[in-house]
Formats: sequence, structure tokens, C-alpha cells
Amino acid sequence: MTNYFLQAFIYLVAAVIAVPLARRFGLGSVLGYLIAGVVIGPVIGLVGEETSVIQHFAEFGVVMMLFVVGLELEPKILWAMRNRLMGLGGLQLTLTTAAVAAIALYFEVRWSIAFTIGLIFALSSTAIVLQTFNEKGLNRTDGGRNAFSVLLFQDIAVIPMLAFIPLLALPELVEQAQQAATQVATKHEEISLVAGLPPWAYAIVIVAAIAILVVGGHYLSRPLFRFVASSGVREIFTATALMLVIGIAALMSLVGLSPALGTFLAGVVLANSEFRHELESNIDPFKGLLLGLFFITVGAGIDFGILWQDLGLILGLTLGIIVLKALVLLLITPVFKIGKSDRWLFALSLAQAGEFGFVLLSFTVQNHVLPSELAQKLSLVVALSMMLTPGLFILFERFIEPRYRSAKADREADTIDEHGSVIIAGVGRFGQVINRLLSANGIKTVVLDHQISQVDMLRRINVKSYFGDATRPDLLHTAGIEEASLLVVAMDNRDSAVELVKYVKHTYPKVKVLARAFDRGHAYLLRDAGADFIQKETLLSALELGADAMKCLGFHPFHVEQQKNTFKRIEKRSSDMLYGAWKDDSSGERFDNNYRKLFIELEETIKAAMARDRNDKYAMSDRGWTPPPKGYDELLDGDEPLTVKRVEEPLPSPGDEQLKP
Amino acid sequence: MSEPQQAVLLLLAHPSQHRSEVNLPLFELAKTVPGVTTVDLYGEYPEFDIDIEREQQRLLAHDVVIFQFPLYWYSTPAILKEWQDLVLEYGFAYGTDGNALKGKRFFCAITAGGKEEAYQAEGYNHFTLRQLLAPLEQTASLTGMRYLPPFALFGARTAVEDGLMAQHLEEWRELLTALVAGKLNRRLAAKLERLNGHLDQIITG
Repeated sequence: MTNYFLQAFIYLVAAVIAVPLARRFGLGSVLGYLIAGVVIGPVIGLVGEETSVIQHFAEFGVVMMLFVVGLELEPKILWAMRNRLMGLGGLQLTLTTAAVAAIALYFEVRWSIAFTIGLIFALSSTAIVLQTFNEKGLNRTDGGRNAFSVLLFQDIAVIPMLAFIPLLALPELVEQAQQAATQVATKHEEISLVAGLPPWAYAIVIVAAIAILVVGGHYLSRPLFRFVASSGVREIFTATALMLVIGIAALMSLVGLSPALGTFLAGVVLANSEFRHELESNIDPFKGLLLGLFFITVGAGIDFGILWQDLGLILGLTLGIIVLKALVLLLITPVFKIGKSDRWLFALSLAQAGEFGFVLLSFTVQNHVLPSELAQKLSLVVALSMMLTPGLFILFERFIEPRYRSAKADREADTIDEHGSVIIAGVGRFGQVINRLLSANGIKTVVLDHQISQVDMLRRINVKSYFGDATRPDLLHTAGIEEASLLVVAMDNRDSAVELVKYVKHTYPKVKVLARAFDRGHAYLLRDAGADFIQKETLLSALELGADAMKCLGFHPFHVEQQKNTFKRIEKRSSDMLYGAWKDDSSGERFDNNYRKLFIELEETIKAAMARDRNDKYAMSDRGWTPPPKGYDELLDGDEPLTVKRVEEPLPSPGDEQLKP
Repeated sequence: MSEPQQAVLLLLAHPSQHRSEVNLPLFELAKTVPGVTTVDLYGEYPEFDIDIEREQQRLLAHDVVIFQFPLYWYSTPAILKEWQDLVLEYGFAYGTDGNALKGKRFFCAITAGGKEEAYQAEGYNHFTLRQLLAPLEQTASLTGMRYLPPFALFGARTAVEDGLMAQHLEEWRELLTALVAGKLNRRLAAKLERLNGHLDQIITG
């Protein structure tokens, strides 16, 4: 037990020190994790043999990441990108495999080995690339989107590769292995549902597993989440989310499919669910930590012994692979009309080998396709190329993108709706109206509410809304607070509303916060918390009904309207004044129980403000239309009568009868 | 520059700016001319609750006043009429002590849907634009302001398609710059039917 604590502590210390440092130097968290791994592994040797065990565990981070990626991809979007997915992805994979294999063949490597190496190096690192895109906000660029479709295609392509590679087994390696196997008789077998099944049955099992995933995800998830949500216990929702991801990963492993692909599919199925943001925010912390762990193990797994031995060869291979992959990627950009700086982003971001390379390498060794000494060297190449990726991103950011930036500024941004989105926290009787007005004007809103009945009701009338507690920073994050321009706070819990405003104004000062106040006191608290716009929920509607009352009593509608506006104006002006008084008055003991006293004071201030407004000269700004005094015009002299002397100008011949409707 | 800098106040009244093809570009251009204060009346007073005190202070602070608007039924859009009714108060703009506007220059920058031929005695509108603006001309006269003929664009609905905008914008910039520099010859200009088309004659220096 002590040993585990120590190991966990070492990993965490390394991450806690390296990642913030790496980010401070603008290197991104991925490089931070990798460096942390190198330091605790090969450099000081604190961790060693158990890395491969931890690596299995850490690969689960990749699985979770694909689940989250799936959550953000609605089936519609996936379908829309099918051409790029197949075209770009297929082309990249085929060309890279062919190029790598051809070079290997040139150096007289056996064809089956050359081909396998080609497949391994054709893959790129989903984990590093998506994580970096996320951190640098490149997801929405053209290059980012295209890179994503290639990564997705590669992740799918791993499945047929796993099926195909065993066919390339080398007879002499198989023979060796059989000898070894007879010596070690007790070999640990993994549980599998499909071992020993005939191909047709295997196919049926796979189809059935995917069907369970899609149908179950679509029809059963909602009742399940609703059941869990109704309990109101937050951690059980987290448990459910984890259960779901782990369950799917287990199911996929059982039938011999990639767990990452399975969870990705499940994510896509759940992307339309109202629980999407809540799910995402529950999985996110686990995903982040496990991915970090994964990167650390990559760093820690670098075998410096082999590296020093063949330093020249391995470095040469690494750089060669990166250059070759980048060239292939650059070559295919014109086919899909990827232009300008996006072309470079696309090529540089995918130029490394990926984590699936490790998986394939160990798989090929198990299946006697590659000799293990070669595999060890190749896995160093994979790891090194991954470690160089952050460098490629820096290269792109510092040197390539600036060259295109001026050209970019000329073009109007075409994804304004994405950035201009509005988050509405709380869609009860108040938030709902706001959402209707905004949606009717084509403004994209993300609606959050923690009452499942409310979300249900809105869904029934086709309003897209999500279940979740908006005061949770992680939920706000997944709802896109970083890119939102406005947050509307209309939650029913007063204190949470104030807390939320405080948090958002502090963490995301650029986001404008519009808040609904229950009453004057609440409005002050919200204002103190930093809300940019505040409306008291009853003031305006009460004023309208008051105006109706005046009209019923026979006042002229226009006069009523003017009085109403005057009231509103005084209210607003005195509100500012009162806020100042309230702040002075209550500093230090604002939350004491002297509300009654405070309120009486406020009322006095209002009265005084209204009285002052009627009497003093300045308050003349509340005046309306006033007629001049009687008989004033007798004083006017007619010295300057209106004279319109015009020069006759040459005018185009009048086409007068052109009467237009 | 021998003449002092003139402060120009431009009041825009356009109730549907998201559809504006001419007025908005003119207004945006005016914003870039130093010495011109631009006010979007519908933007500042969407509820028509015009702040009289503030508007009067603004008038006092400027030497040239321009109303910019699309011609609606031979007159200004509603808010500009409301503005006149409220701001040009007795005792401020006219009446015994009402001489706050005396000596300021005043004109309208107008877009009209009809063709220029339509604004003739023989055209279907029967009056010239300048004649139709007589109420404003008399308002200027009663408040002691020096009236200038309008800066007008006819056929405004198709001005963009007809390729009229570039020249019109250029003349607008020239006029505003000349006003700020005090280089507009008012006596010559006052007699014209409209300001644009004759800028080279009436801008001095």
C-alpha cells in the first residue's frame, strides 16, 4: 500500500511542478506532462518497471477523451463531415503507409515488416493534438477541423488494422514464441466473448454490441439519468457517468473492439441529450488527469539505454518521419482546398506518430509480426515524435501563423454565431422569456437549469436545454463560458445567483453578465458582485399594470406612458444613488440582520429623491412638451421673413410623368 | 487656416438602420471626421424619452447643426419632429430670451426615394425638395440660424446598385471637412437648390 501512495505522490508532484511551469513558458500542458515523465523516469529513476502497468490504466484517459469528443459531435455534424473523414483520412493513411513502407523496402526490410511500420507511423496522436487544439482554441479553425477528421478516421482504422496485422506474422518469430510458450505454460489469458468464435458469429456479436450501444444510449440513457438526477445527489451522477464510460469500454473490449471507438460512438449518441453538459463536466476531470498520466508514462517510458545506443538512427528516423508525414499532409491539402495558414496547421499538427502506435507495436510483437528489438526502437521514435509535437505547434504559432495574419484580418470571420453565443442560467418563468426573445432573433443560446422538470417541459416545446447546476465552474466551462459573450443569470436561488455572478466576473471578466434581481436588496448584492445589467423582476411588469390602472381611471394613455417613463427614470437614477448610500451605510456589516432599518432608510431616500426631482431646476429634464406662454408671438418682429431665392439651375430634362407606385 | 474650427453636430434619425444602405454609411463616415459630433437619435432614445436638457447643452456646444434623415412623407421621421417639439423650447430657441441658436448654421442631409425629376413642379411630387423643407427653413429663420440648402441624394433605394455611393460619400466627407474648417461660403451656398453637385463652387480656399 505504502508503495502505491509513494508512486502516486511522485507522479502528482511531477505533474504539479512541470505543468504550470510549461504553461508559463507557453509550451502547453502536454509537453509539461512529457517532461515530468522524463524527469521522474529515465532521468532520476524514481519510477520504472510499473510504468507499463500504469500505462494501461492511463490509456483509459484516451478512451474518456474520445467520449467527450463524441459528446461534442452531434450525429448531424458527423454526417456532414463524412466526405472529409473518408477522403482526407483515407488519403492520408494510404499515402503515409505507402511512403513509409516504400522507404523501408528501399533499405531492404522485409515487405511485411515494412508494411506494418507504415501502418504504425501513419497514425497520429489524438491525445496530444486534441488537447493542444483545446488549449490554444484551434478547434474551430479550418485546419483544426480537418485535422480532427483525419484523427477520427485513424482511430476507426485501428480496428481493421488490429484484425489484419496477425496475418503478417513471421514464421520464424512464431516458432520462437511457441518454444517460449511451452516453457512458460501458465499464460494469463484475457477474458473475451469472441475467442474461438467462427467469423460469422464474431460479426454478429460485434453488430449486436454496437446496436446495444446505440439503441441503449438513445432510449435507456434518458430514463436512467432522470432517475439519478431526481435523487439530487451530485456524486451519484458522477458515478453514473463513470459507470457508463467504463461499461462501454468493457463491453467493447469483451468483443474485441477498440474501447476508444466504443466510447466515442456512445458520446455521439448522447450528444443530443439534455444531460450532455452535465455528463461532460463530470467526466472532464477524470479525462484530464488520466490523459496527463498517459503523457507522463510516455515520457517515463523512454529507454535512454537504447536511445544512446542508436542515438543517430533514432533521431534520424524521428525527424524523417515527421518531415515525411508533414509532406504527405501538405500534399493532400489542395485536394480538399485547405488554404493559407490552415494548411500548415493541418500538416504540422498531425506529423507525429501516436499513442495507438504503442498499442500496435505491442500488438505486433505479441503476434510475431515484428521482432521485439525493432519494436523497442520504433516505440522510442513514436515517443520522441510525440515529444516534439508541442515544438511543432510553437513553430506554427511563432513563425508560420504571423505571416498569414495580415491576410486573415481582411477576411470577415464567418463563425460569429459560435462566439456570440449566450448562456442562460435558469429558465424558469423569467429566463424563459429571455430565451424566447433571443432565439426568435436567431441568437444561439445555451440553456441550463437544475430542475429536470423544467428542462423536460422546455424540451417538449422544442427548446434546447440542458440539465445541470450552473454554479458549477466545470459545467459552465463545458457550456462554453470562455467563448460566450453574455451570461444571463435567472436562477431561482438568490445566493447562488450572486455567487455565480461573482465567480464569472472574476474568472471571465470579458463575459457580460445580465442578472435578474428579486428585489432591491438582491439587486445591490448582484451589482456588488459585478453584474453589468440588472433588472428587478417585478418592477417593469408592475409598472405596466399600474399604467393599466391609471388608464382605467380615465387618464390619457399618452400621459400615462409619459408618467411611467418618468417613474422609470427616477427609479433608475435614485437606484444609483441609493446603491451608494447602501454601500457606505452597510460596509463592514452588510450581511447583518438590519434589513428593516436599511429598507426604511432606502424609502426615505427615494421620497427625498422624488421630491428633489420635482422642485429643483435641474430636474427640468423630466419635463415633457410645454407650450409657449399666451401672446408670446406679439413680441416677434417680422424683420427676417422667409425668403427662398433660388438660382435657376440647369436640370436634366424632367421626366415628370414617371409616376411610380 | 485663418478661420476658427467649427464644431459640427450631426443628428441622425433613421428608424430601421438594419435596412439602411445610404444613411448608415454616411453616418459611419461622419464619425471618422474630426470635429463632427454624431448622435443617433433612435439609438439614444429608443423610447422617445428625449432628454431635453442634454440636447440643449449639445446644441449650445456646436456651431453647425445637421439633421440627417430619410425623407418620410415630405418631412422628418417621427423622432426628429419630437426632438424639435421638445428641444427647441420657448425661452431657449425662440421667444423673448430664446436666442441660444442664433448664428449657428443649419441644414439637412437627406435621402429621398424618388428620382430628382419627381421633385419638380411638373414631377409627381409637384414641389422641389427645398420647397418641401420650408417648415425647417422657417424654423431656422425663427430661431436665428443660418439656413443652408439640403445635401440630398435622390433615388436612394437604388443608389447602391446605380453606383452612386462612392461619389456621394466623397462629397459628404468634403462637405463635413469644409464645415469644420469654416471654409463653406454660406452666401453662395444659400441660394442653391442643394449643396452637393456644387461643392467646388461653394468651398473656399
